[in-house]
Amino acid sequence: MSRKDRMSGNEAVAYAIRQVNPDVMPAFPITPSTEIPQLVSTYIANGEMDTEFIPVESEHSSMSAAVGAEAAGARSMTATSSCGLALMWEELLVAASNRLPVVLTLVNRTLSGPININCDHSDSMGARDTGWIQIYAENNQEAYDNFIQAFPIAEDERVHLPVMVCQDGFITSHAVQNILLEEDSDVKEFVGEYHPEEYLLNPGRPIAVGPYAVSNYSMEAKYNQEAAMIRSKEVIKEVAAKFREKFGRGFDLFEEYRCEDADYIMLIMGSASGCAKQAADELRQQGVKAGVLKLRVFRPFPAEEIASALSKCKAVAVMDRCESYNGHGGPLSCEVPAALFMNGINTKVINYVYGLAGRDFTVSNAAEVFGELKDAAGGGQNIRQCRYVGLRTREGQ
Amino acid sequence: MRTDISNINEQSPCEDLTEGLMIFAGGTSKDFKTGEWRVDTPVFDKEKCKQCLLCAPVCPDGCIPVHDGKREDFDMDHCKGCGICEKACPFGAIRME
Repeated sequence: MSRKDRMSGNEAVAYAIRQVNPDVMPAFPITPSTEIPQLVSTYIANGEMDTEFIPVESEHSSMSAAVGAEAAGARSMTATSSCGLALMWEELLVAASNRLPVVLTLVNRTLSGPININCDHSDSMGARDTGWIQIYAENNQEAYDNFIQAFPIAEDERVHLPVMVCQDGFITSHAVQNILLEEDSDVKEFVGEYHPEEYLLNPGRPIAVGPYAVSNYSMEAKYNQEAAMIRSKEVIKEVAAKFREKFGRGFDLFEEYRCEDADYIMLIMGSASGCAKQAADELRQQGVKAGVLKLRVFRPFPAEEIASALSKCKAVAVMDRCESYNGHGGPLSCEVPAALFMNGINTKVINYVYGLAGRDFTVSNAAEVFGELKDAAGGGQNIRQCRYVGLRTREGQ
Repeated sequence: MRTDISNINEQSPCEDLTEGLMIFAGGTSKDFKTGEWRVDTPVFDKEKCKQCLLCAPVCPDGCIPVHDGKREDFDMDHCKGCGICEKACPFGAIRME
């Protein structure tokens, strides 16, 4: 039975790690994810779990050790943020291409510079093409729930890909919220034991992992990796359905909040979804049909499903908590319109950048964006793309 | 998932390749002839060789076969011509050409 508690996002994930009790966890501390390995170390020191914790000298090493341990046959995971993820870059691709179901709990933090420790999605968005499944949490409950679901997704034989479970730095990781915790036995049963079919420490059944491949093989291998990513969508939905059946909550690819009859939809990820929902509620009271599409799974990108969900509204705001420095909008702002176009949907889209490096995104900010959507749908001419929400400019003063 | 890799070749369709190109067999480097990468070639002078065997263990590719306590000529299918053996030989019995 679920138990009510109050926890920060980091505490919630550390609690889930204790319940899953993975075989190996190499980690290096970095703000704002430091508490996760710290709390896990405490659990281990207190004899509450027996994970082999490896205090490594860098994130390059933590992901290397996770890759090595996973290849050896151990259920492996690590935690990091920001520059730590950047330092893992090379190994992120190695984990995915070697088809190793490593789990990474990421606490989103901006990348330098300017050097800053607060939340945006530039770290995980930079890693969007590394072949990792990416799942984002709105709150502590989802950070806990998503982490538990990561292992059955990653380890499914149709997938065998690593999973990055993302939560917003400080906003989610450090703020204490009410949470429902599940029984250890229920979590263990849901996650199951890890019994890989092939692994290095398997006497009498030799394998080589990550061999050099000439051009005649590499392209086929990369296609097979992409095919696994495509298949993972069904697995993510199945695992979410199983989780909902067992624990009574959660979404699969995204949450549609009051989208059914919405004229104006804000597509957003992570903790700011809460403000967007509040703004939608307030606008609904004024008769404005506002809704929020909270994207949970960014990789694989649910292009067809998003296009279908946005096909009936008048205008969509696509919200990026990340800049791509391409003069054309952040990652979501590029991929969502592409998804609409490729599926023949002609819904009007306005792109926004918000909340960089921990800048607050408030309910009134969200309401302002909904107001612009209404203007745009009504033929407003002053709509600018790629606008920064809350940016100070001389023009604005 | 375990596949007989001897059935896989450079014309195999993607569905027939192993996951992550894992290789389900041991010692497969024997079949991969890397000797053609060689620029310099070691030449073994049997007359000068005292069979001290200092060369065999330093070869990074294991290309100096030793049988019954005596080294034999180089395995040119896998020798990449690095020249470490020449440096290790105290008797000038290995010359790079």
